[in-house]
Parts: sequence; C-alpha cells; structure tokens
Amino acid sequence: MQFDQILQYTLSGLSTGAIYALIGIGFSIIYNSTGIINFAQGEFVMLGGMLTLFFMGPLKLPLWAAIPCAVLISTLTGIVFERFAIRPLRQPTPINLVIITIGGSILMRGLAMLLWGKDTQSLPPFSGDEPIAIGGATILPQHIWILGITLVIIAINKLYFYHTISGKAMRACAYNRRAAGLVGIDVRRMVMFSFMISSAMGAVAGIIVAPLTMTAYDVGVMLGLKGFCAAIIGGMSSGAATVVGGLILGVLESLGAGLVSSGYKDAIAFIILLLILFIRPQGLFGKADSERV
Amino acid sequence: MKKFLAACSALFVGIIFASSAMAAGTIKIGGLFAVTGPASFLGEPEKKTLEMLVNDANAKGGINGMKLEAVIYDTGGDATKAVQLATKLIRDDKVVAIIGPSTTGESMAVIPVAEKEHIPLVSCAAGIKITEPVKHWVFKTPANDHVAAEKILNYMAKHKQKNFALLTVTDGFGSSGREQIKTLAKQKGFAIVADEVYSPKDTDMTAQLTKIRGIKPDAIICWGTNPGPAVITKNVKQLGIKIPLYMSHGVASKKYIELAGADAAEGVMLPAGKLAIYDVIPKNDPQAKLLKEYDLAYKKTYGVEASTFGGYAYDGFLLVTGAIRKDGATAAQIRNGLEQTRKLVSISGIFNMSPKDHNGLDQSAFEMVRVTKGDWSMVK
Repeated sequence: MQFDQILQYTLSGLSTGAIYALIGIGFSIIYNSTGIINFAQGEFVMLGGMLTLFFMGPLKLPLWAAIPCAVLISTLTGIVFERFAIRPLRQPTPINLVIITIGGSILMRGLAMLLWGKDTQSLPPFSGDEPIAIGGATILPQHIWILGITLVIIAINKLYFYHTISGKAMRACAYNRRAAGLVGIDVRRMVMFSFMISSAMGAVAGIIVAPLTMTAYDVGVMLGLKGFCAAIIGGMSSGAATVVGGLILGVLESLGAGLVSSGYKDAIAFIILLLILFIRPQGLFGKADSERV
Repeated sequence: MKKFLAACSALFVGIIFASSAMAAGTIKIGGLFAVTGPASFLGEPEKKTLEMLVNDANAKGGINGMKLEAVIYDTGGDATKAVQLATKLIRDDKVVAIIGPSTTGESMAVIPVAEKEHIPLVSCAAGIKITEPVKHWVFKTPANDHVAAEKILNYMAKHKQKNFALLTVTDGFGSSGREQIKTLAKQKGFAIVADEVYSPKDTDMTAQLTKIRGIKPDAIICWGTNPGPAVITKNVKQLGIKIPLYMSHGVASKKYIELAGADAAEGVMLPAGKLAIYDVIPKNDPQAKLLKEYDLAYKKTYGVEASTFGGYAYDGFLLVTGAIRKDGATAAQIRNGLEQTRKLVSISGIFNMSPKDHNGLDQSAFEMVRVTKGDWSMVK
C-alpha cells in the first residue's frame, strides 16, 4: 500500500510539474532575450483556456479548431503587448519593465473578467476521462496529453534555438544584446519573437490543463507564480533545466502534501524558491557564470 | 446643563432626520454589498435582488403607502470601505436599516457602527460570530455553517459511518467549517481519521486523497466553494475511491455538477438550501411557491438563474419590510419588528427570530440531496 501511495504521489506530481515546466519555459525565453521577468506570463495561460472556451461556446467551433484559434489570438495578444507596452519604453530599466508587465497582467485579467464573467468554467477532456491504471496508481488520459505535449514543445524549442538562424540569433541576443545588434541582428524583432513564442506556449499550457484544473479569469496568478518557481529552479534556462525544475517542484509538492501535511503544500514551493535564490541563484544545474548576473 | 444640551441636540437631529424621511414619503433602506472584488459572486446577485424587489414593491404601491428607496454601495469586499460606507449610509443617506455586508469580515467590522448608531443591520454573511453572542441591532439571514454540518453528520450517523476524513479549503469558509465540524464530531462521537486541507487555487488534490484512501475512512467530508470541490470530485473518480463523498452547502448549485461532470459527481451528497432544489422538493413545502417565483422573476429581469446568495438579500428585504409593516418605519421599530419575526417564509428558510436568536433558521433550512444523473435528487 505504501508503495502504491508513493507511486501515486510521484505520478500526480510529475503531471502537475509538467504544467509548471511549460509555464516556466515561457518565463525564461523572454528573460533570456530581454532580461525581463514577464509577470503577465500567467495571463497567457488564462487566455489560452478562456479563449478556447470562447471559441467553443459562443462561436460553436469544435475542440480541434478552437485550440489553434485560441493559441493564435493569445500569440497576437503577446505581440500587441510587446509592441505597445514594452517597446515604446524609452529607458527600459528592469524595474520599469517589471511594473509594466504587472500592469499588463492586471489589465488582461480585468478585460477577461468583463468579457467572460467571473465564473469558473471547465473544458472537456481531449480523449475521455476513464482513469488509466499504472501499477496501483491511476492517471487520466489528459495527464498523458500534458506530458506528451510538454515533451513535444520542448523538443521543438531545442530544434528552434540550436538549429535555425532566428533561434541562434535570439540566443545571441541573450548573451549580449549590443554585440548581437552590431553583427546585424534585429534585436527588437528578436524581442518580439520571444514574446510571440512564450505567449503561444503559455496559451498551450492553459489549454491542455483546463480540462483538469478548470479555468477562470484569475487562474493565471497562481500558475504563473509556480511557473516562475520552476524557471528559478532551472536557473532561467529555456531548456531541460527548467523542465526538470518544474517536475521537481511538482513532485516535491505532491510528496509533501501526501507524506508531511497538505497544509504546507504551497509553503514547500516557496521555501524551495527562497533556498534556491539564497544558495544557488544560478539555478540548480547552472554554472555560476557572470553573463546572467 | 450638559445633559440637557445633549438631549436637545439629539432631539434636533431626530427632528431633521424624521422630517427628511417624512417629507419625501419614502423609506430608505441601505445596502452594502461586495459587488466587485473577490466576493463579487456574493455581492452581485445580492444587489440585483434587492433592486429588483424594491422596484417590484414600489410598482405595487410601496409599504404602508410609502415608497421604498434602496441606497446601495459597493464595498469591494473591503472591511475598511464597508465601515466608511456604513457611516455614510447612516449619517448622509439617513437609512433606517442596512442589508449586508456580504462577507463575515466586513460584517464584523460594520457591527460596532450599527450598534453605536442604533441602526438595524441584517447581514448577508454566514459567519457564526455575527449573531453569536447576540448583538442588539444585528441580525443575519444565511443559516450558520454548523447547521449544514450537523445535517451531514446526522445523515452519516443514520448510515453508521463513524470514521470520516475531512478535506477543507484554507479560506474563511473552509476553516470555519473545519472548526465547527470538529466540535460537532466530538459531541456526537464521530472520529476524524484524517484532517487534510487544500488552497483555494489548487489544481490537483490527488495527494491528499491518496493519503485518505490509504486510511480507509467510512466517508469523506469536503468543505469548500467552487472550483476546489469540483477538482476533488474529479480526483476521487480518477483514483477510483468508492468511499461516500459529502460536500458542503457551498457548492449547492448546478455549476458544481457542470464543473465536476455529471459522471464524476454521481452519488455525491450534500446539504442544499432549498432554492437550488426547488423543482425537486415536495409541492406542499411552504417555501416551494416563493422559491419558484424568485427564480422566475430573477431570470426574467437578469437572464440568469437566481442564486442562494441573492436569496440572502431577499431574506433581508422580507425581514425588514415585514418589520416595517408590523411596527413602523423608524430604526427602533424595525429592530423590534425583526426580533419578533415568527414563521416568516423566505428563501433561505423559515425565520423564527427571538431575543436569543438573531438568525432564526434551523435544520429545516437544508435538505440532503444526492447527485443523480447530473441533477439533484432528495435522499431520506
């Protein structure tokens, strides 16, 4: 029995962790190309879920058609946000940018509330909700979707950043904006790309979790915060480290709630966050390099 | 001399107050609701209900020949703002009674104002502290949480479920429910074998439920408001837990079944206020007619279903106008009238106030229901 329980905690943790990872990567992509912590990242997660519901409800599209539409609109929102809120800033000091992203997130949340109301809504699961047993533990088909889609997105990310010109250009911007500009990379376009990619990823995360966690205008806050934790554990890398960070966070939360006490579940996440920031600000796996400090 | 002056000024204020109220020929009732902010799911239907009822009453010629006027302010769920607005209602708008606030925190903050200014306050919040101990000028309409909890425990006792697991949300509603269930369980000889919690925004409770599954209790009681209980219901199905699951009256709406899915919610039991289930309660229930009227009128005016929360404002309105009809429209007369309310059939239940009970509801305010094929059915 004890083994079954541990297995269940781990599986539950891994599937929640995958969500944190996906949101966390959105944070790190923008951070790496602009140096901004985009606190509106959680709102794109909300937009993904709410827009899918919107396309399915009032506009009566089937699920498979509503999803790309929702991702598209969220991505456009990301571009608009970058173009009209981030780019016009004359002196982009970090504190200004942080405040702008917080403002943007409040605006998006408010608009979503006015447009779609305050009710929590649920999205139908992609492929049924019959539990699947794995050696005494059970997961839902949706969990497999989440894990699968997360893996695919991470693989695409890897390909993009290491094997395409624009991906390499974005990495160049991350290392040194000025130098990247000098060799002819359009830095502003790269910043826009980073907002595009991370808002699309946030939206996807929001859509694939909505059947399990449901969605409402304010889901972005907590999910955003957990995603941020994952990114910090992963040292703000836009690759495997953040994914592992998210999974660690999910599993620890789940084990903590099951074996210690459910009252400390959120505390566990934030204690980890603080410990990492104090002891290893470069992330759990990062080398203490000077470029990112 | 000082006393005389004070008496004079009191008289003077009284005259101004009375004349302003009389001259207009209207009775002003204050409303303090959290129309925006985190508790807007309470405040919005409360405000709409009160406005609808006042318009309706005026269309029918008012109360005792006088028109009603509702002065409603939005507190945003903020206790400080609620206190300021309560003072404003009393001093500037000269209301004779206040309906609201929507939340327990705001109500507790406004109580001293009402007590000091001698204005009857009919709170729409459920917290037991509001009317226990009894305060002279303070009443409330929602039944105490422990009445709902007792309903569940009585049902469990009948079905020999002695050991249960508790899963509560870490907000005001959940922690108050948790305390009261624990006290009641001790009194009635139940054993709480697991005491787990979750945060309002948690998205997965399989960890807590896996732990509970390992302990094998006779029943699980979950105390929270949406969406948490819907997630828990889904998780229970995912984990294949067959233990009876009880929910609180906080999710007694179709929304809960819709969120959890009819399939996962099948068999879940909970104590529901009668508004949520008026179409399945017996036709001869004294409340049945009023509940149906309210729901239809609300749907007609606002296009959405009436909610239990709006019902609290409905109760407040019926209580206050009932008192005015009986005794008269000054603050003191309304207070006495409120306290003497007997057998008032309303939305939340049948009110029987007394100097010792300023809530006036008992277990008959709730019915145990079970989710059957996506709808409520009564359980005996």
